[in-house]
Amino acid sequence: MNKLKIAGKEFHSRLFLGTGKFGSPKLMEDAVLASGSEMVTVALKRIDMETNTDGLLSHLQYPHINLLPNTSGARNAKEAIFAAQLAREALETNWLKLEIHPDPRYLMPDPVETLIACEELARLGFVVLPYIHADPVLCKRLENAGTAAVMPLGSTIGSNKGLRTIDFLEIIIEQSNVPVIIDAGIGSPSDAAKAMEIGADAVLVNTAIAVAGNPVEMARAFSLAVEAGRMAYMARLATTKRTAEASSPLTAFLD
Amino acid sequence: MSFKEIYNQYSWDEVKESIYDKTSHDVEMALSSHHRTLEDFKALISPAAAPYLEEMAQLSHQLTQKRFGNTIQMYAPIYLSNVCTNFCTYCGFNFDNKIKRKTLTPDEISLEIAEIKKQGFNHILLVTGEAKQVVHIDYFKEAIEIIKPHFANISIEVQPLDQDEYEELKQAGIYAVLVYQETYHKEKYPEYHPKGKKANFDYRLETPDRAGKAGMHKIGVGVLLGLEEWRTDSFFCALHLDYLQKKYWQTKYSVSFPRIRPAEGVAPPNVVVSDRELVQLICAYRLMYEDVELSMSTRESEQFRNNIIKLGVTSMSAGSKTNPGGYTVDPESLEQFAISDERSAPQMAEFISGINYEPVWKDWDKSFI
Repeated sequence: MNKLKIAGKEFHSRLFLGTGKFGSPKLMEDAVLASGSEMVTVALKRIDMETNTDGLLSHLQYPHINLLPNTSGARNAKEAIFAAQLAREALETNWLKLEIHPDPRYLMPDPVETLIACEELARLGFVVLPYIHADPVLCKRLENAGTAAVMPLGSTIGSNKGLRTIDFLEIIIEQSNVPVIIDAGIGSPSDAAKAMEIGADAVLVNTAIAVAGNPVEMARAFSLAVEAGRMAYMARLATTKRTAEASSPLTAFLD
Repeated sequence: MSFKEIYNQYSWDEVKESIYDKTSHDVEMALSSHHRTLEDFKALISPAAAPYLEEMAQLSHQLTQKRFGNTIQMYAPIYLSNVCTNFCTYCGFNFDNKIKRKTLTPDEISLEIAEIKKQGFNHILLVTGEAKQVVHIDYFKEAIEIIKPHFANISIEVQPLDQDEYEELKQAGIYAVLVYQETYHKEKYPEYHPKGKKANFDYRLETPDRAGKAGMHKIGVGVLLGLEEWRTDSFFCALHLDYLQKKYWQTKYSVSFPRIRPAEGVAPPNVVVSDRELVQLICAYRLMYEDVELSMSTRESEQFRNNIIKLGVTSMSAGSKTNPGGYTVDPESLEQFAISDERSAPQMAEFISGINYEPVWKDWDKSFI
């Protein structure tokens, strides 16, 4: 199976994981390992940079795991850029999941501020993966701004509602020159498989795993689903038909 | 339109009557609704919802877990001063109460926060009485300067301030303003707040508006349970929250549920809110507002707090001292109210971990201010 490549870096797994909401850091660690994920997001606001006694980071020290700091909490481009610089220093990575949601209720990403921040961060040498609405035009604008991938939402963060934006995701996937990682709203392995079947390059999952009855088993289930979905996409799905094949075709007289 | 204008469109008695008129059918409609309204909230806090408490608790648990995960945010209050020029009949700090008054000096603040920090906290809540001569904006700013290097998140629960003062405090590093109306019963409010600045009901009512205009990251609202009929009071609080969420849409909100506890020199509660009723209220808030932080202080008992974790609450204090200097400087000074859950923060954290929840110490970063 061909590998995912973002900004020159190769990934075997197309499943990215969020690290919030788990009942303990150990459970998070076990779930991450079970998922086979090589890319996990960490909220900068959760990291205690002063004491370095952070519960999260010490559980993510594996050679195959890349940390993707996010700017969750930032309400505008200025705050996000500042947070990005802190994250780069703290985690020693120039990779960044850019999250700007001024609306704390639904955590809807701000397209205007995200574009402004993305332009600046790309200029500053960051590998930017912006969390955005499933907006095909915005994705192209971000691509032009130098983003390494785009992360459109399937539905609102934490909702587990699945791919409610699927029509727009399909357009984004069709048009994109950078990897498309479907983020937010993926509530079950079947949602993840569906995302991969329509051609997403990867998916990011957090809530559906973190608050599952058994997060470790669920992480594994997602891993299998992502792999199956990707395999199905590569194998080319048989086309669906809305009508049965007529036994007396209307065009038979032409034969 | 400010909240005062909306508030003035409602009558306490009519609201109360409509809550008590709710039927089991209304409750079932509210439980099955995907988009709950304030009428649904009335049903959920009504006596008619009492038989549905377990169902409400299950739903509340699921919604909280979906949004907040298996986590509890930890915070500690620091009482900076018990000097107060108000006469709140339910409060140990009221002006008439002849107690030793104390306002922490910068050195004392440093000693206190060192002790709080030692317990593991990274989110701190600054509390004072209302005494503009002693605890004024410059005092707050000085305190913030001392505290800011050591804590990721600083909130205040002090007297209502003007918008420009909130702007200054936000700039200085304040994340949240907590201000409780105590009671939304305008006619009864003066009985509890007979004199002093706090006697001005409208100024207090419009405080969240001023904090919202100042761009505060979070605003906390609440009712002091034990003053007036709690269902009606809670409806008005939800009405307030509803208004704030739509108007100051970039601000986060939290709700607290202080129940009057015994304190020196104060009258016992006017109405008693039972444990079952408090659980009902917490669950109703969660069913109504999936994203709002629900906070529980150490006023409540160990047993109640242990069990409420899975029912909707998302943030908790622990090991709290409600007297200025209580952590180390002057442990014997008079407390605002007697705390009930006396466990230390590490003990509380151990309990939380033990039920497979993660105590979260840091969930904010100074870089966002």
